[in-house]
Amino acid sequence: MPFPIQNPRLLLTPRHLPFPPNPISLPPKPFLRPLSSAPSPSPQTLDAIPSSSPPPPPSSSSSILSIRESLLSRRTKAAELAAEYLDRLRRAEPRVRSFLHVSDAAMREAEDVDRRVERGEEVGPLAGVLVGVKDNICTADMPSTGGSRILEGYRPAFDATAVRRLREAGAIVIGKTNLDEFGMGSTTERSGFQVTTNPWDSSRVPGGSSGGSAAAVSSRQCVASLGSDTGGSVRQPASFCGVVGLKPTYGRVSRFGLMAYASSLDVIGCFGSSVVDAAIILSAIAGHDRLDATSSKHEVPDYASLLVSLDFLDSKPLKGLKIGVIQETLGDGVDGGVISSVRSAASHLEQLGALVTEVSLPSFSLGLPAYYILASSEASSNLSRYDGVRYGKQAAAEELSFLYGDSRANGLGHEVKMRILMGTYALSAGYYDAYYKRAQQVRTLVKKNFNEALNEHDILITPGAPSAAYKIGEKTEDPLAMYAGDIMTVNVNLAGLPALVVPCGFVEGGAAGLPVGLQLIGSPFSEEKLLRVGHIFEQTLQDFRFVPPFLTES
Amino acid sequence: MALIVFRGGFRTNHLLLRRTFLFSARRDSSLLCTIQQHHQRSRYNVRAESLQATESKTSSKSIQMATKELVEKKTRGYEAIIGIETHVQLSTITKAFCSCPYTYGSQPNTTICPICMGLPGTLPVLNSKVVEFAVRLGLALNCELSVASKFDRKQYFYPDLPKGYQISQFDIPIARKGYVDVDLPVEFGGGHRRFGITRVHMEEDAGKLLHSESESYSQVDLNRAGVPLLEIVSEPDMRSGIEAAEYAAELQRLVRYLGVSNGNMQEGSLRCDVNVSVRPIGQLEFGTKVEIKNMNSFSAMNRAIDYEISRQIQLHNKGQVDQIVQETRLWDEGTQKTFTMRKKEGLADYRYFPEPDLPEVVLTKDFIDQIRQSLPELPEEKRRRYENLGLSMQDVLFLANDSSVADFFDATLENGADVKLAANWIMGDIAAYMKNEKLSINELKLTPQELSELIASIKNGTISGKIGKEILTELISKGGTVKQLIEEKDLVQIVDPAAIEALVDKVIAANPKQLQQYRAGKTKLQGFFAGQVMKESKGKANPVLLNKILAEKLNCPS
Ligand SMILES: [Zn+2]
Repeated sequence: MPFPIQNPRLLLTPRHLPFPPNPISLPPKPFLRPLSSAPSPSPQTLDAIPSSSPPPPPSSSSSILSIRESLLSRRTKAAELAAEYLDRLRRAEPRVRSFLHVSDAAMREAEDVDRRVERGEEVGPLAGVLVGVKDNICTADMPSTGGSRILEGYRPAFDATAVRRLREAGAIVIGKTNLDEFGMGSTTERSGFQVTTNPWDSSRVPGGSSGGSAAAVSSRQCVASLGSDTGGSVRQPASFCGVVGLKPTYGRVSRFGLMAYASSLDVIGCFGSSVVDAAIILSAIAGHDRLDATSSKHEVPDYASLLVSLDFLDSKPLKGLKIGVIQETLGDGVDGGVISSVRSAASHLEQLGALVTEVSLPSFSLGLPAYYILASSEASSNLSRYDGVRYGKQAAAEELSFLYGDSRANGLGHEVKMRILMGTYALSAGYYDAYYKRAQQVRTLVKKNFNEALNEHDILITPGAPSAAYKIGEKTEDPLAMYAGDIMTVNVNLAGLPALVVPCGFVEGGAAGLPVGLQLIGSPFSEEKLLRVGHIFEQTLQDFRFVPPFLTES
Repeated sequence: MALIVFRGGFRTNHLLLRRTFLFSARRDSSLLCTIQQHHQRSRYNVRAESLQATESKTSSKSIQMATKELVEKKTRGYEAIIGIETHVQLSTITKAFCSCPYTYGSQPNTTICPICMGLPGTLPVLNSKVVEFAVRLGLALNCELSVASKFDRKQYFYPDLPKGYQISQFDIPIARKGYVDVDLPVEFGGGHRRFGITRVHMEEDAGKLLHSESESYSQVDLNRAGVPLLEIVSEPDMRSGIEAAEYAAELQRLVRYLGVSNGNMQEGSLRCDVNVSVRPIGQLEFGTKVEIKNMNSFSAMNRAIDYEISRQIQLHNKGQVDQIVQETRLWDEGTQKTFTMRKKEGLADYRYFPEPDLPEVVLTKDFIDQIRQSLPELPEEKRRRYENLGLSMQDVLFLANDSSVADFFDATLENGADVKLAANWIMGDIAAYMKNEKLSINELKLTPQELSELIASIKNGTISGKIGKEILTELISKGGTVKQLIEEKDLVQIVDPAAIEALVDKVIAANPKQLQQYRAGKTKLQGFFAGQVMKESKGKANPVLLNKILAEKLNCPS
């Protein structure tokens, strides 16, 4: 299906690459920013941009592109940048507590980048970009605990494929971010180590389970970050923290090195302060991996190069785009402020030319229980390996059964144990058909419903979460209330679809309001489309600035 | 195995594993152990565990028959029902889900990687050879193949199981509903049987626990973890120890013929768990079934099962049927008895569910056809063919037992050798040599071509049978050709009647006393004269001609 953005000729030119093939010999090209004298350049005029044109103003939308531009133009050194981020990280940390471990190699790696730039060597597209990595994603040179005490001090001997690819693109891993233990939670309060707070209001949760990664990007402790999304663990914290969060299609990004929670649902995703940044990170980490049999061989486009700057577009850039608002997500149980934010986002999209209609997904409410059965079932199996025998914390015990029992009892947290128990139950003889098998049937139905809706619409939209960030401790005593908060996101995982959350507004709360996220859902492997629409939406959303107030105060 | 006290013992092991793990990590940055090319297909010796052919076929025959009769007497009125689960370790170059090699007997924890250690974040990727081997065996066992099968997780905790689950196949095995044909050994009464195959499925092996002799700890060796297995489940079609042993021997033959496993029982490449129950003849429902493990040869299987059958029948006869309980018993070679390892309390719940890390296994028609076409002639076909060549069942079973022996035999025939003579030579002098020198037929310097040459040379009278034997020994150990040896050693048989006559004359002239005695009626002395002539000819005189001429000379004084 052709992408319905107007002005398609812009999409055809191969010169849209944000990264020139030879970055040193050629001065960095502005990210699709036309010369002000050429309001509607044809591909020819783009090609004709003289290589001696003055450097453009740093992109306001993409931190990654502006870092690259300033490194290659030698206005900034990677070491200065790293120092700046590390300094901000340390100052924000007592308040936000988003990191479980901070790399002691970041400065050294930044200096390496500088040396390479000085020598005129080619550097990767993410050179000098400081990236936070969720602690359930393995890193060779840093501890990786999955947020669990049972893996306290555990150091993997390998990088996850996504991390390896980031490093190969030049990124510097600045540290490991906090999470709900093994990804099980929606608030990051279930971390075995610490509670991360919401950068917008430190009495509130950042969401979860990738709360550390979302909060770190929101408070500019790093440029971008990796998270994992099993039932909304990237999208809901992106919503809560006012950052862009991308959950790719299942299989788009290799899971090798991601500590499995629910293998059939898990996806590594990313956070950025702009859609372009998320797109650049996705391009770096996506693609088939021979170490993950479920990773897709689907071709990986250069996502960011396909994003079009507003300056190129006419007033109705989304003309012809069919957007469906999922009815079931704007009803009971959803915060009024969130509903109105999403509704105004919908009309904003309409103003940009999209055809917005409501669509019903009858299976939507069934997804939540089905998700919790399937995710818990797989988790009960995936977490069996944490038995204290080969690695991780081992209880001293006289007998094998106690070694197992004590290691797991002491090492695993309450929420994790609860889910292991639920999953074990659901898979037990005599219950399998009633729970696991039934949930699989619901999953098939959810997929079917989504398929139908996506046949009629290019994109489906919903809130990123039913509410804005809530208070720390508010739902700790009521797991079901916390689970209900995942209603907006779990269906997408069941169907394996890609979804993007972009900040779309605020509701009251905290000192400066609390961000609200808009979720855009597409067909499998339509990340490109989601990113383009998200990018246009983000650029045209003029009245909001999603920078937490504490950053500007200090 | 039943009783292990883990007094902080795993702590050591923990360290042991970590150390090797870090070592392997450093050795290879991608963290997958490099694939070492190594030849898994070790020799399949004739001396291996076959019951049929080599086990002292003549000497113990009467004993075996006697045992058989004894068993029959004991089982009177009862029927034993036997089913077998066999695990066959596949001889793929790398493990089932990672790139580690596996070599039996390697130092503990040297062929491991993060994947087969089940480290956090690792994922299995299926080795396609495993599927190929499963299809080969499935076809050879006359099974229906599942066009789309899948993997499942079988979950239980044990220190040798690094992930806390075994990747296996549960409700959709790759092959099912097959059968295998066997011929029972002649010395056990013979007979042809067909045993049903319920299913064949793919799975991974677990590691091994090394129990400390003196200390109260155990160590984990994960070398074997992740090695591909095929589990073959039979129908409960066997009725005696020999049937069960022969079923297992046929599986061994099959996997060796197919090149999917070395089938070595001592190394655990072929493991049989046998379920035995007994019921009064005429009763429809099965008796309580008992599982027997720890038999590492087919003859041990045979004995263990027959022991177990008589144990159960005795309990029946004593009215103590209630003492036959569902349990696992181990065969003890020393006492020749089975003993209780553990009682089964209820059914274990393995909480199987589909393995989400692996896509389903889809077999295309092309893939199956290709494998079908590449199948070698299987033991059963071979046996029927040999039978049709006119060989005795004893010969048939011997020759078809080992595919390399059969190939040698076939190649000898292709070179024009006489069937029966070729069989005799292979089963006689050649087999004896292999047995003494512990060599496989492919390791001999003798080629099928030379064997047929040898047979032809004897048949056409170029050399005598006696010289043939001598040449054979030379050919086996040093090689060379029959022609060359005959020439070199001047061994051509003397078939010229004049030359023989001259030798006879010479001998008669040299022994006048004996000649006189002969002519006086002591005709037994012809043997003496023949021996002397043969000696004079250095063994080269054609014995038929020699005797003919000698008799003429002795009896007709000129
Ligand atoms: Zn391995």
